Amino acid sequence: MSATLTSGASTIPGPGRDHALGARLARRRRMADRLVVVLCIGATAIGLLLLASILFTLLVRGLGGLSLGVLYKNTAPAGSNGGLANAIVGSLLQTVVGTAIGTPIGLMVGTYLAEYSRGSALGNAVRFVSDVLLSAPSILIGLFIYTLLVLPVGGYSGIAGCIALAVIVIPIVVRTTEDMLRLVPVSLREAAIALGAPKWKSIVLVCYPAARDGIVTGLLLAIARIAGETAPLLFTSLGNLNATVDFKHPATIITAFGQAMSSLPVTIYQYAGSAYQDLVDLSWVAALLITFGVLALNIVARVALRRRS
Amino acid sequence: MSHSLSATPQTQPPAQPAQRHGTSSGAFGDKVFAGFARGSGILVLALLGAIIVMLFVGGLKAFSTFGLGFLTDADWDPVQEIYGAAVPIYGTLVTAVLALIVSVPLAFGIAFFLTEMAPNWMRRPIGTAIELLAAVPSIIFGMWGFFVIVPFMAETVQPWMIDTLGDVPGLGVLFSGAPFGTGILTAALILAVMIIPFIAATMRDVFLTVPPMFKESAYGIGCTRWEVMRSIVLPYTRSSVVGGIMLGLGRALGETMAVTFVIGNTNRISASLFAPGNTIASLVALEFPEAPAGSLKLSSLLALGFILFVISFIVLAISRLLLRPRAVKA
Repeated sequence: MSATLTSGASTIPGPGRDHALGARLARRRRMADRLVVVLCIGATAIGLLLLASILFTLLVRGLGGLSLGVLYKNTAPAGSNGGLANAIVGSLLQTVVGTAIGTPIGLMVGTYLAEYSRGSALGNAVRFVSDVLLSAPSILIGLFIYTLLVLPVGGYSGIAGCIALAVIVIPIVVRTTEDMLRLVPVSLREAAIALGAPKWKSIVLVCYPAARDGIVTGLLLAIARIAGETAPLLFTSLGNLNATVDFKHPATIITAFGQAMSSLPVTIYQYAGSAYQDLVDLSWVAALLITFGVLALNIVARVALRRRS
Repeated sequence: MSHSLSATPQTQPPAQPAQRHGTSSGAFGDKVFAGFARGSGILVLALLGAIIVMLFVGGLKAFSTFGLGFLTDADWDPVQEIYGAAVPIYGTLVTAVLALIVSVPLAFGIAFFLTEMAPNWMRRPIGTAIELLAAVPSIIFGMWGFFVIVPFMAETVQPWMIDTLGDVPGLGVLFSGAPFGTGILTAALILAVMIIPFIAATMRDVFLTVPPMFKESAYGIGCTRWEVMRSIVLPYTRSSVVGGIMLGLGRALGETMAVTFVIGNTNRISASLFAPGNTIASLVALEFPEAPAGSLKLSSLLALGFILFVISFIVLAISRLLLRPRAVKA
């Protein structure tokens, strides 16, 4: 019915031309629609299948090698039954410090964009550049920090890795902070102003708490992103198969940042192409740990955001 | 940041008491806070500037040694100290474009399914699963590609392509050569998998911006879902859709770890899609450990980084301009 209506209106000028033509057209349109539906379901199935294939591969190859020993033993040469402890510690330290450096800067930039820059040229430029940095190839950030902090000093260091990761954190935090601050209702701000609070107090004491869940979500996503980054660390903290942190001597936690530092992603990179099967197996364990850690963070972040909205 | 700290004490005292009585700490705090915020914004601009300058200065030695020939020379010969960027630039562009050809239809299908077809209870879990695919670290795609996709390509896909497409006149040369499994085509496929979620998520989000009244009017006169998509949704969201595709392209251009695992790493341009090659990012990652400080090789690698930055900056800038929120029209 509908088909004859549209075709009658657009393609066939005379009123009430033969019904057969209309029916044929309707059938063809329905067929086209059904074909597209099937293709779209197929595309979605392919997408889900790819994710399933990756997770399945990780479980099959990584789960067998996962043991407590892997978590507390340090990396060791092939055949000597090593673990991943120093890579895990290195990853945690660099992720935490990188986040700690990048988050306040990103928070302030996001605040500037949402609260201060309204329509100004500088604000638009900052927003644009931050969005470009958000998608910029991470290998270039690694090269940049290498020329900035590794070449002049003459050595790879954990702190250079942290700063490279911080550069990646900043635009992620900027994006979520700005978006979330913009969602804070005007009435809340007006209430703070009516009480005589200066602008900075109304931002810090009213807007930040109101936007907290969203900002925390952005932070979690940023952590998830940098925890799996490999390319920037190859040029900055390089990876280190010797343990540099000894928890019996807390001072080594600080000094470790001055030397090359290992991390899970870089250890995966070093081990995956190894000729020794035990190292390849260990790289799968590392891959399993990092992937499920990152995915878990993502899911937590999404759940936190959903609860808010 | 620091300039505001030093500037405030000079300018603040005379202006203060006149405007607000008794809340000088608040006004002072306002200036400091605003200064910090503004300073952080400027820091981001400076960061981008510093990346461009540092990469360019680092690559200056290579640019001045080889001149414009650096872009067109296909040699990468550490023994004779001759470096050219033609092969990695070619590999970067070819793998990224092939990845787009594969991923755009799939991403469109997913976005279309999620916005117009899927029942409501299905949309969120499937949408989240697709987004999780984007969260998987790139080195995991590399391992998965190397240990799962490469054997699959070598044993199944490539022999089949050689048997069927290899004999087609003209096209055949694309599908010639030995089926190693690694190579340009495999790298492009892995890249496609990696950028599908980005493009699909962007498309889904912009499809949702179409005013429901437009779509309902079209459904009301009897349009099918495909007709609504083709004549209402796509025309309305065209520039944002292209922006999303450019965003995916930008990602594909600079992807490093996954490509390094599967592209085969050979500095040669070959007509066959099965042939090994390299990209700017994979070449930099692999050659960097053998490039001592101050060497011409290191400078060439930094020059390559500069070229990659320029290419991806242009692509990402276009993407951002296209994705700008639509201006409210009367």
